[in-house]
Amino acid sequence: MSKRIDAIDLNVYYGKFRAVADVDITIEPKSVTAFIGPSGCGKTTFLRTLNRMHEVLPGAHVEGKLLLDGDDIYAPGVDPVAVRSNVGMVFQRPNPFPTMTIRENVLAGLKLNGQRISKGDADAVVEKSLRGANLWQEVKDRLEKPGSGLSGGQQQRLCIARTIAVEPEVILMDEPCSALDPISTLAVEDLISELKEQYTVVIVTHNMQQAARVSDKTAFFNIAGTGKPGKLIEYAETSQIFNNPQEKSTEDYVSGRFG
Amino acid sequence: MTTTTQQSALHDPKSAGGRAGDKIFSGIALTAGIVILAILAFVALYLVVESLPALTAGEGELTNGKTSFWSYVGPMMVGTLIASGVALLLATPVAVGVALFISHYSPKHLSQPIGYVIDLLAAIPSVVYGAWGMTFLGPLLVPAYRWLSENAGWIPIFAGGYSQTGRTLFTASVVLAVMVLPIITSMCREIFVQTPKLHEEAALALGATRWEMVKMAVFPFARAGIVSAVMLGLGRALGETMAVALVLSPGVLSANLISAGNQTIPAEIALNFPEAFGMRQNELIAAGLVLFVITLVVNMIARWIVSRHKEFSGAN
Ligand SMILES: Nc1ncnc2c1ncn2[C@@H]1O[C@H](COP(=O)(O)OP(=O)(O)OP(=O)(O)O)[C@@H](O)[C@H]1O
Ligand SMILES: [Mg+2]
Repeated sequence: MSKRIDAIDLNVYYGKFRAVADVDITIEPKSVTAFIGPSGCGKTTFLRTLNRMHEVLPGAHVEGKLLLDGDDIYAPGVDPVAVRSNVGMVFQRPNPFPTMTIRENVLAGLKLNGQRISKGDADAVVEKSLRGANLWQEVKDRLEKPGSGLSGGQQQRLCIARTIAVEPEVILMDEPCSALDPISTLAVEDLISELKEQYTVVIVTHNMQQAARVSDKTAFFNIAGTGKPGKLIEYAETSQIFNNPQEKSTEDYVSGRFG
Repeated sequence: MTTTTQQSALHDPKSAGGRAGDKIFSGIALTAGIVILAILAFVALYLVVESLPALTAGEGELTNGKTSFWSYVGPMMVGTLIASGVALLLATPVAVGVALFISHYSPKHLSQPIGYVIDLLAAIPSVVYGAWGMTFLGPLLVPAYRWLSENAGWIPIFAGGYSQTGRTLFTASVVLAVMVLPIITSMCREIFVQTPKLHEEAALALGATRWEMVKMAVFPFARAGIVSAVMLGLGRALGETMAVALVLSPGVLSANLISAGNQTIPAEIALNFPEAFGMRQNELIAAGLVLFVITLVVNMIARWIVSRHKEFSGAN
């Protein structure tokens, strides 16, 4: 249910431009790992290589190895579609399918690949996933209403429900709270803490308190200058990154003395 | 002091000039709008006034011994709708497929030339299409018609013989399909490429294949647009004169699409109007009015279909 991620000497490119260089990192299962760093340092780019979403952009490609419980997801012959159904992703802006009801949104991933499920099973999945995303109480009476009619925070939790409905091994979140108010943010943060009991969770955030609150380990990325690739500077227990960083740039960044 | 500077800022000659520009522009826009409405009103008025004699004519007043206007125009209405309907049935899947190929499947260096070729189809004059349909496509389809007539004759639309020249309603429909293809394709392509990346990526991140992504994100987003594109194509097909006039060898209404027969309103008008006078002219103009109403109704139905799905549309 939860898998370990090893990136080995990973380089990420947009065409000729190398956006992320030489990342080596091990992300433990059943933990929350936060990626922090200044804008443009490649957090999103690196996160999207973990489920092979990076390569959907024209010209984008990856060099190096990325192991999911030891299996290289970039090995020849691996189907990116299969990778993505094992590694779910929640985006920065909530993106429920606007033409689908709340219920259909939750079931969207399950109906892929021609799979059929009975109505009873589907109802069970909808309830379980929405409960898992702390959204059930709010929407249980309006499951047939469009997902786009929810508030931003509810939409984001709907997207989380949609992601956990397919029972992935890993959940990636790219600034999942950046479009949300403080209350919704708290709801999502609580949820993240619960999710790690079952999943490997990786979250990108610009909010230091959030990283400190939800994550077990934190990775600090930085960039030497425009046009230079982003690099992983320091990776350690979250408490160490925030209280006793080993690198000067990490300390500057987490204490707000950056740039 | 401050008031003077404020005033002089408010009375800045530049902003006054901008205001004059605003006035001129809104004046032009208003005039243009009024002119368009006036022209439309005059055309409608002309149609109605000139149609009235034919619409209200009793027995014996119409030309060539027609008993009533509706028995004259009715079969042609059906012919027009069948020709356009078959054309859309043929053109829409191809257009959507090609548009989708250009927008989501083909590599960049292929999609542009294909787009150009499709747009080029729109630049061919309809007389040329008509000539092509009459002299090339029609004869080409004759063997197919023979086969259909022999093997699928039990289906009403293929029953009762076939045309030796291929100048049939079905051939006309194929020509119309080719003519509306570029309109529908280019409009669908425009819409497909506007599908929000956000929703495409949401589908892909759930483990959708490309085709599943198209079904989950692209088609729902584009549904209203596809309907509009098809209606635009329908508008063109309904009003098309030259191609049908040249291709079809007209006759009475018949369910058989692969033999001579049937007629469409625009072709009837184009073929007969030059020599028409008096009541005959009124009849043809009235037929034109009927065509106008059909097109209007079709467009209203399309709007209704589009608005019915508003709540679930991709527009929000
Ligand atoms: N689609 C793209 N094509 C080309 N270059 C890109 C693309 N997306 C991002 N980049 C470049 O890759 C680098 C890393 O960008 P990325 O979006 O990963 O940064 P980030 O750390 O997520 O920043 P932020 O905190 O602002 O979200 C930047 O230099 C950016 O300009
Ligand atoms: Mg980012």
